[in-house]
Amino acid sequence: MCGIVGLYLKNPQLESQLGKLFEPMLQAMTDRGPDSAGFAIYGDEVADGWVKLTLQATTGNFDWASLMAELEGRLGCSLDWFQNASAAVLKIHAAEAPVRLALAELAPGLRIMSAGQSIEILKGMGLPEEISQRFGLAGMKGSHIIGHTRMATESAVTMEGSHPFSTGADLCLVHNGSLSNHFRLRQELKREGIQFETDNDTEVAAGYLTWRLQQGDSLKEALDHALEDLDGFFTFAIGTRNGFAVIRDPIACKPAILAETDDYVAMASEYQALSSLPGIENARIWEPAPATLYIWERESA
Amino acid sequence: MKTIDLSIATVRDLNQALHDQQHTVEDREWLVTHSNGKHNLAVGVNQDVCIDIQGHAGYYCAGMNQKASITVHGNAGVGCAENMMSGYVRIKGSASQAAGATAHGGLLVIEGDAGARCGISMKGIDIVVGGSIGHMSCFMGQAGRLVVCGDAGDALGDSLYETHIYVKGNVASLGSDCIEKEMRAEHLEELQVLLNRAGFEHKAAEFKRYGSARQLYNFKVDNASAY
Repeated sequence: MCGIVGLYLKNPQLESQLGKLFEPMLQAMTDRGPDSAGFAIYGDEVADGWVKLTLQATTGNFDWASLMAELEGRLGCSLDWFQNASAAVLKIHAAEAPVRLALAELAPGLRIMSAGQSIEILKGMGLPEEISQRFGLAGMKGSHIIGHTRMATESAVTMEGSHPFSTGADLCLVHNGSLSNHFRLRQELKREGIQFETDNDTEVAAGYLTWRLQQGDSLKEALDHALEDLDGFFTFAIGTRNGFAVIRDPIACKPAILAETDDYVAMASEYQALSSLPGIENARIWEPAPATLYIWERESA
Repeated sequence: MKTIDLSIATVRDLNQALHDQQHTVEDREWLVTHSNGKHNLAVGVNQDVCIDIQGHAGYYCAGMNQKASITVHGNAGVGCAENMMSGYVRIKGSASQAAGATAHGGLLVIEGDAGARCGISMKGIDIVVGGSIGHMSCFMGQAGRLVVCGDAGDALGDSLYETHIYVKGNVASLGSDCIEKEMRAEHLEELQVLLNRAGFEHKAAEFKRYGSARQLYNFKVDNASAY
């Protein structure tokens, strides 16, 4: 089943309340996905030349301070970081590739959830309420956010199988549905050099988009190709640095509802997740058409 | 007038209270507030009561309805009035997919648009949609009438049996074995009655009729021995 939700603020004055507005949306989708939950929040951008990574430790008492000291010594550049439960957000004045290389050597068990200038991905096993409390979602600020509550069908319930999945710098994907050709597609994408960590079908969709974007596609072109190459059911919400996008498969098997006011655009699997938003009673509400891309983005970062 | 506030009561409370009247009706007028898109509102009602839902409804609202008159003052989620047997359901806003699916009787009026698969496998219900309907609507429709005042999406009436379909606007494409048919006097008459009952001010003559060409395998007498 699974539930997906997204909230994009058109009114910058609401940015300090993004987490507070979004938390009840995520929790309203508990019935659709009680196995694991996660979200990708955009905001608190780092300057050009810097990169922001969300790191996830597999052990409870990971020594973040030592790792950061070692990393600073290894790369010789300035960095800033803070811990959030089992995760840490690292901002570092360096290119992404050498940071990934250094982290792989210094802490091979560490997982990199996201990378970019704006994005932070936080996710884990448990009820949406536990996940949002664990990471302090209600207090978070930002410009937009997408989230997911998972009822697992295609692969095991693990932190790695939780959504959102990173698909490149400041890009991520959440998925409601199931893909039937993910096994074959994974083999093809591996030959193209895309790496996978799980047996999850959504990770293949994420890997597919990463590959198309590497081939020079725009987000729209990549999603048009996805409509041709992905076989199965899907409603996707895609987070980008400047906004978010929604697309459903050509027969629209999986639900989606959109709401727009002067202040925000919101997306959810069910209306229940939108009912807590301010002004929803006067919002324009509609179902996105099948195989049609909806995208909202700010003009510049 | 009995009021059930769903910010306090549960959906189970609402449906149980409605079912408790199965043999004797004490309250004929019901008001449901703070529906907030909750699923399964007023499902399985089996009495001649009037239910006003003030707000949006979630999935399967008014499902399996018999006799009751149910109005949603908002939008309805997937499968509103699914498998309705009799009675009247009116959605003041739009409905999601599979509205009126498999329903045997009664009248479903949707003032706005209906999503995909509207009236899928309908078996005798009358559905009147003020706006447009989505793709694959009336798939395997067996009986009843589907009236669309706006446009119809792709593959309308695929594998149709005997449902009469009337569309005023454009049809994106017809499904397998569905064809446009002549609008005869009896069709104009039944359509005008339905439009009047739904309270829509359209003229029957502005619509086109679609139905089954009866050319699929199951219509061929030669295949009868296969069953």
